[in-house]
Amino acid sequence: MSDNLIEIRDLSFAYSDRMVLKGINLTARRGQVIAIMGNSGCGKTTLLRLIGGALRPTHGLLMVNGVDMGQIDQDGLYGLRRRMGMLFQFGALFTDMSVAENVAFQLREHTDLPEEMIRDLVLMKLNAVGLRGAQDLMPSELSGGMARRVALARSIALDPALVLYDEPFAGLDPIALGVTGNLIRRLTDTLGMTSVVVTHDVQESLKIVDYVYFVSEGVIVAQGTPAEIKASDLAYVHQFVHGEEDGPVPFHYPAPPYSADLELRPC
Amino acid sequence: MLNGIRGIGRRVVDGVWRMGVATRFFLLTLLHSGQSFRRFHLIIREVFSAGVLSLIIILVSGLFVGMVLGLQGYETLQTYGSEEALGVLVSLSLVRELGPVVAALLFASRAGSAITAEIGLMKATEQIAAMEMMAVDPIARVVAPRFWGAVISMPLLAALFSAMGILGGYLVGVVLIGVDEGSFWSQMQAAVDFKEDILNGVIKSVVFGIAVTAIALFEGYDAPPTAEGVSRATTRTVVTSSLAILGLDFILTAFMFRGV
Repeated sequence: MSDNLIEIRDLSFAYSDRMVLKGINLTARRGQVIAIMGNSGCGKTTLLRLIGGALRPTHGLLMVNGVDMGQIDQDGLYGLRRRMGMLFQFGALFTDMSVAENVAFQLREHTDLPEEMIRDLVLMKLNAVGLRGAQDLMPSELSGGMARRVALARSIALDPALVLYDEPFAGLDPIALGVTGNLIRRLTDTLGMTSVVVTHDVQESLKIVDYVYFVSEGVIVAQGTPAEIKASDLAYVHQFVHGEEDGPVPFHYPAPPYSADLELRPC
Repeated sequence: MLNGIRGIGRRVVDGVWRMGVATRFFLLTLLHSGQSFRRFHLIIREVFSAGVLSLIIILVSGLFVGMVLGLQGYETLQTYGSEEALGVLVSLSLVRELGPVVAALLFASRAGSAITAEIGLMKATEQIAAMEMMAVDPIARVVAPRFWGAVISMPLLAALFSAMGILGGYLVGVVLIGVDEGSFWSQMQAAVDFKEDILNGVIKSVVFGIAVTAIALFEGYDAPPTAEGVSRATTRTVVTSSLAILGLDFILTAFMFRGV
């Protein structure tokens, strides 16, 4: 078994004729938490969807758990996804099911376990995210942070080898932010899984990840451990880590000269 | 000029493309139906949301339609001195035509729109994508049970609509106006044929149920994942289903009742 759970070599992806990702190289070792960072629209969510098999690479190699995602068929993909969990940006909980039913969903769909055992497993998963007491609530009764934690419990229901997180920190208050970040780290370590976090929350993710990839306009512009990233003097990384208004990512959307737009004549 | 022609061409191609996608979606739904029948509780749940929750509107509308039929029918029949045939008029109008058609129109607005909005919102909130990521086929888990739940509900609702309508006609004709009760029921019994009238009515309601549900499911599944997209899809469901019901009704009636 290869040491790398995800291996991406020279990957490119285009939506019809618009190139979104160009020449991406990335690896995630088993047991690691890696972060893919970048500003909105840089292609990081597309990269996550490629890893999850929702999209096919246009060019290059993408291996997940030893399976070539460019060649995989529907049955193979569904087989692989049973070993994969995904946390969506706003949880994507099933709104017509209670918290416990949401967590039990995959167990009921993919296993023939007796109800008592499913109940115990659900309680264990919910306990791991601190929400055992919320098992009977409906998703509409949960706060944003709680919904994210339930979704996290649901994504680890089948003890996956890989969990993908799409913006897990978006829209959370500082307490929920810290809780979610720590849970990602702790669950990765205790369950021996691998985590890929797509985020633009620099401060929170640098606390918990092992390795960071920075994506800008479809290419990886920087990579390294959190310490290396913090010390980086690359202009883009510096702007991103310190949240500066202007830099390689400009404050202004491309526009004609201001004076021309205001129709000012030279005096 | 050239742009106009190009625009028409594009619309036609888009329309044909959408028809193809809808047909493929419908066939996939049928193909994945086996799993729904093996887990029948999923279908039962959908019979509840599409059928049981539509009961009030169907029963009340049926009663009023039957009462109006009683009034209007009596007005016309008494001119010819044959008001005893009121039972026949009310029952045949309902069983052959109004029952299946009006119940299906109400079903499209009540249950069809709900199905589209629900699936559209599931898509917009990434629940469908989440299901796919959990290696569960949403067509088998979400679409097929809703399809069969609604298709099973539709003829039952149409039958209840007709039954309530006949009761409404009886209340107005016999209880209120005073048409002879014996003639009302016996003429109805003699005139309504099981195969010609009732069975054909049931066939109509099954066909309408399939049409409305297939349209509602496809519109929901195909809706752009935005508030505006879901709202437009819901409107399209009601409009397209209503037109489909009326169009299909003409075709089916032409085949079924040819005056022989």
